[in-house]
Amino acid sequence: MKTAADVFTIVAMLAGIFFFVAGTVGLLRFPDTYTRLHALTKADNLGLGLVVLGLLPQAGHLVVALKLIVVWLLVMLTSADVSQLIARAARRQETRP
Amino acid sequence: MISAISFGIGILLLALALWTVVVRDTFAAVAGFIPYGLLLTLAWLVLRAVDVALTEAAIGAGLTGALLINAASRLHVTEAAARAETPGLALRLAAGAASAAVTVVIAVCLLHLPEPAPTLAPDVARHIASTGVGNPITAVLLSFRAIDTLLEAIALLFGVVGVWSLAADRNWGGRPGFAQIVNPNDILVYLARVLPPIGVVIGIYIFWVGADHPGGKFQGATVIAAMWLLVMMSGLREAPAVSQRWLRVVLILGPAIFIVLGLLGAFMAGAFLAYPDGWAKPWIVVIEAALLPSLAVTLVLLLVGPPLRPEVHT
Amino acid sequence: MNVFQLFGLTAAVLVGLGLYGLIVNPQPLRKVLAFNLTGNGVFLICAVIAHRGAAAGMSGDPVPQALLITAIVVSFAASALAVGLMLRRFEETGTNSLSADSDAGSGQARANVESR
Repeated sequence: MKTAADVFTIVAMLAGIFFFVAGTVGLLRFPDTYTRLHALTKADNLGLGLVVLGLLPQAGHLVVALKLIVVWLLVMLTSADVSQLIARAARRQETRP
Repeated sequence: MISAISFGIGILLLALALWTVVVRDTFAAVAGFIPYGLLLTLAWLVLRAVDVALTEAAIGAGLTGALLINAASRLHVTEAAARAETPGLALRLAAGAASAAVTVVIAVCLLHLPEPAPTLAPDVARHIASTGVGNPITAVLLSFRAIDTLLEAIALLFGVVGVWSLAADRNWGGRPGFAQIVNPNDILVYLARVLPPIGVVIGIYIFWVGADHPGGKFQGATVIAAMWLLVMMSGLREAPAVSQRWLRVVLILGPAIFIVLGLLGAFMAGAFLAYPDGWAKPWIVVIEAALLPSLAVTLVLLLVGPPLRPEVHT
Repeated sequence: MNVFQLFGLTAAVLVGLGLYGLIVNPQPLRKVLAFNLTGNGVFLICAVIAHRGAAAGMSGDPVPQALLITAIVVSFAASALAVGLMLRRFEETGTNSLSADSDAGSGQARANVESR
């Protein structure tokens, strides 16, 4: 039982790390701000979700597992907001002569 | 034997610090400073200082980052003039030599620290039962070294007075920050409506759980301060005018209660800031609960700065 | 090399880097950044010493760690005051430079502001 949980954790975290790396590759390779924001926000949120999913079997207590999920939800909320704000600021800089 | 994580954190810390010092654009330097603060949080975790990691993430990376971004964006127009002033080679070499000398001296001292390491942990473990709290850092901050926490609260108050004294004469007593026009469907306004209730609950939870687990009033107060800052930045509420009485009362209340309880301890238990036997936990709770709002308001006022527009009395 | 030596050396290099940045960068905001780097290096030294004092069931000496929390908060207050000074000077004189030439210009700018 313990080793099954550990294997699940390792697989989920490897998948999460893959998405984080994909987001970073997008940050480095995409041509402009909007596509970079797209890659970062989507890939990083999914990566964090998979990492949190992988950590859930390792949490000893139900409360700790709930806290991890709350962390993931808060990161999704704020990163969605911040990426919109950055995109709006980039748009405003573009249209300014 | 160090783990790969520690090594990676150390290398990245040095790389980001180097970036912050040598990059030409100021905004890029500030943008490098914030992940440096977050990596420092990881360094504290590796060194098993969880309370310090919480404080660094909240204040060192979060609030200091917000402060520096605000300053960098407002000072953006001076960038070209500053760029023209780069110092000559002689100054660089002299500065490099001085820095190298300081680094070498500190490194040699740190490689020859005394063995076995002197520590106060056994003394703290011996006496922690009398304080009623389980977290040794909270016990140190509020019982064994309570005078340091009191002086720190007063030093922060002096910081706020210093920042307020930077107002122009015509703006004295007015509101910090510029007036904002708010579009009610703005995404930042949405965040400022959804996040503060969650943030305030999290802040109070971090403060409350700091008695027995990592946490405490500094970290909790920073989260609450960040929520108020978010509300002000989105334009939902104006910054308070510094002449308002309730603001000044909240600022002073925490240190004042701290001093009053300290003097009461001088009468009841024989020394300033001594706690009577068996009453340590309630006194600590009262002091922390009084300091929490004062600290949150102090941090907010330090960040928003001096009054920039005069208060109009009708 | 163990973790104490690694972070101790990192802290020493951070202090040196901060000192170099403080002397070399002409702009006050960069000086504040470099000063924060030096301060963080000193905090790292304190944390290394605290971790070396792990005993009695605790993973680190709590007294230096508590002082570190105080130090981080007070260093933020100092940075806030420094930034406030910088912004006020920029508002009054229009420059953010510490050189002597800007002071000559600022006298004129100050006279313009006061006469308004």
